[in-house]
Parts: sequence; structure tokens; C-alpha cells
Amino acid sequence: MKAAPFEYVRPGTLLEACSILADDEDALPVAGGQTLVPMLAMRLARPTKLVDILRLPELTGIRRANGSLIIGATTRQVEAESSPLVAADLPLLATALPWVGHQPTRNRGTVGGSVANADPSAEIPLIAATLGAEIVIQSRDEERVVPADDFFLGAMSTALEPGFCVKELRFPVWPEPRLGVGFHEISARKSDFAYASAAVQVAADEDGNCLNVVLGVGGLSDRPVRIPLDSVIGKHLRATGLLDIIAEAVGDACDGFDLRSDIHASASYRRRLAITLARRAMRDAIDGALQGREGAQ
Amino acid sequence: MNVELRVNGTEHVVDVEPRKTLLDALREDCALTGTHAGCEHGVCGACTVLANDAPIRSCLLFAVQADGYQITTIEGIAPGPGELSILQDAFCETHGMQCGFCTPGMVLTGHALLKRNPNPSRADIVDAISGNICRCTGYGQIIEAIELAAERLRGRNLSDSVPAEPTMLHADIGAPEDEPERGIIKAAEYDLPHGGKP
Repeated sequence: MKAAPFEYVRPGTLLEACSILADDEDALPVAGGQTLVPMLAMRLARPTKLVDILRLPELTGIRRANGSLIIGATTRQVEAESSPLVAADLPLLATALPWVGHQPTRNRGTVGGSVANADPSAEIPLIAATLGAEIVIQSRDEERVVPADDFFLGAMSTALEPGFCVKELRFPVWPEPRLGVGFHEISARKSDFAYASAAVQVAADEDGNCLNVVLGVGGLSDRPVRIPLDSVIGKHLRATGLLDIIAEAVGDACDGFDLRSDIHASASYRRRLAITLARRAMRDAIDGALQGREGAQ
Repeated sequence: MNVELRVNGTEHVVDVEPRKTLLDALREDCALTGTHAGCEHGVCGACTVLANDAPIRSCLLFAVQADGYQITTIEGIAPGPGELSILQDAFCETHGMQCGFCTPGMVLTGHALLKRNPNPSRADIVDAISGNICRCTGYGQIIEAIELAAERLRGRNLSDSVPAEPTMLHADIGAPEDEPERGIIKAAEYDLPHGGKP
């Protein structure tokens, strides 16, 4: 469990880092290292150079801009988890973050690293896909803005070409005041890889009708997937049969995936899990969106 | 490559290959073998150390990345030579270890938890140590140890700001009970080694 030899460089600027990555296609960027370093230890990755981008000031921090919340790529998961901005603007991400790894790995692991790694069962990519976040990537020559739907291409596979590194994530912030979120996942033990996960964000008007809703599922196929729920918009959130619409939408979507199946969870088990977890997440989100309103009646 | 590591308040300049983990540098170059090498790929938590008071896995950080952090290892937890911290004491008392291999990681994780949250619920403790694997105890006594230490830390008179000199770490139990000007209202049992038990 010792990594193969490599050269370690810590450039002072992002452009310098991108140049090194562009000049040597066997070089890899490292930030928190919570996934890359195990891969080095097991020699599944043998880079010539490790380009440490963790301390680059342009890659860290959380800020608001134009209706989005921008999270720098090397912002640690623990920083996002405890950020008042994330809690206020991105309650769905705030709800999912405690499910990411363990406290000691969140202390080092970064938000951008999780997205770049693109594990199909990872929580941060699921939230990015659910909310339709944009991923900003940088190379020596250009900056590109890639929508999450185009960024996640498959298991551990993204639109990041050699020489690019993730710069920041732009999450859309919903302006509606009555927001509710729900997140559920099932894994063998706390914080292990999820067999299935579901994330929901709902906005309601004053009467409890649905203004907007998004649902995403993870762990089922080779990437996180957003499931369209347009038929729910306009309906009252306590309408009978609403959760059945969700269940049907998830079931239909699962029939379109190449569902993962392994020794821990068969494809049919994952399908049932996805439906159950989506219903639970939806129920939590509805309760959140209608909170206060129903208590006042 | 030369790298400056600040471990338990002491500066160590070590000459390491870039591929050497902080774990191996601590054990081999700093002679601090209390940090245990378990799985060496970030799963078991045996190699947990604190970086700026936050628990991290020292096998997932190369030594060359570790400059600029205040690293605390298990050797830096006790108040003085031959002594145990309140949490370490609690581990002994509740029998929070069997083979002891996970213990340094468990103690450091518990230490960081109690610093952040002096009044953790059982669920908080379980969540905090969920990244540390123990193959002997079944975790029950480890949780108990952290609960006991939390209770003792809340009940003691001394604060963390007391200078870490062994002689300063015990309450003056000879002082009359109510003597606020000497800073002692009542010598709490919790200020004494083993919670005041013989």
C-alpha cells in the first residue's frame, strides 16, 4: 500500500497548474486526495506528477452571484457543510453533505474533487445533477461552463479532458420563499457507498400548490440522474396520489437505465429502493415546504 | 524533498520522498509510532491524527502536503509525561479497548469531538467515530468512554487555558471548599486523576 514514485509540485496559480497539466498528460491534480490517494496506494493510478491545487486562493470559497451560489472547487466538504450561505441558499446540498464520507474524510475532501471523481453513488454529484448546477472547468487556454447533465458521462467519467481542472460549481438558488428538501440513501453501513439515493427540492405557493420541483436519483446506474416531474407542477402538494406519481416516474426512469447489480444489491432491489427513497425524500420536502402554513391553520 | 512538519508543537524538518505519507513520516522520521498504520488506503481510521484540531487520515496525506498544519498525534494528547488525558483515562476505566490497535485513532477522534461539542449525544458520538473501525470491542465501551469523558470534562473546574504543566493540572485539593479568590470553588472529583477514584 505504498504509492509508486511521482514528482510533487505545488504551483502558485491556477494557470500555472493548468500549464503543468497540459504539458504532461500523465500528471494529475490533487486537492483533498480522499479518493486519489487510495488509488495511488493501490497503484490503480500512477501519475508522473501530482499537481497540488488545494491551496490555490482562486479555487476556494463560497459566494453569491447572479442568483447562484458559487462554490470553489477546493472548498472542503466540511466548510460547505458548516457554511451559513449553503444552509440558507442550498438547503438540499446542506442536507446531503453529512452523508458524504465520514467527518475525517470531509475535513480533507473537497466539493470539486467529489464532482471531478464522479462516483455514481456520490452525493455531491447527485445534488449538482438534481439542481442543474453548472461546472466551470479551466485549462491553460480557456474556461468552459458545463451543465451537470453534460458533465457526468459515466462511472468515474466526466467531460474533463486532459489539462482541465474543475474551477468552481455554480448552483442555482431558488428564489421561492417556501422551499422544502428531502434526501435519503441506503448503504451497507453509515457513509459507505449508497446502493440508491434520492434527492428532492420543492417550492410551494401560499396555498400549498407546487411551483417547482426537482428529483434526482443516484447509485442506480453509471451516473446521477434527474427525473422530470413536470406533471406535479401546479398540483397541490397534499393532493392524493401525488406520491404515487413520484413512484411511477422513478419506476419508469429505472426501466430506462442499465441498472447496476452486484453482490450487495441486485438491480431489482435498487429499483425498489429508489422508489421508496424518492417517496420518503418527497414527503420530507413537502413537509418542509408546507411547514408553518399548516401549523397556522 | 525537505518539509517542515509541526507535530505536537515541535518543529520537525524531515527529508522525504514525495510519495511518503504523513503516516509513514510520523512513524519513521519523527519516531512517533503511536499513530498506527492499518489499511493504508483511508478506510480504517487507525492512522487518524489532528490537523488544526480536525481529525484526518494521515495515510491520505503525503508528508510534503502537510507543512503549515498544526499536527497532533496521540503522543500530544496527554498533559504530561506518564500521565493520561481525561479521555484516555476514561478509555481505561470503561475498558474501551481490547487489542488497542484502533485506540489512538479513537482517542483523537473523540478528543476532537469533545473540543467541538462538549455535550455530545450518543448519536453524535456514534457519528463521530463511524470512520474508525474497531474489530474487538463492538464499540459499546468506546462510546461509553467518550460519554464518561464528556461528563468529567463538563464537571471539572480547570479549563483548557490552564498551562499544560503537570503541576498545574490538578486542583488544589487542600484548599478550603469555598475560596473563590484562589480560583477554586470546590475541588471537583473530575479534576483528579481517575475521576477521584482510588
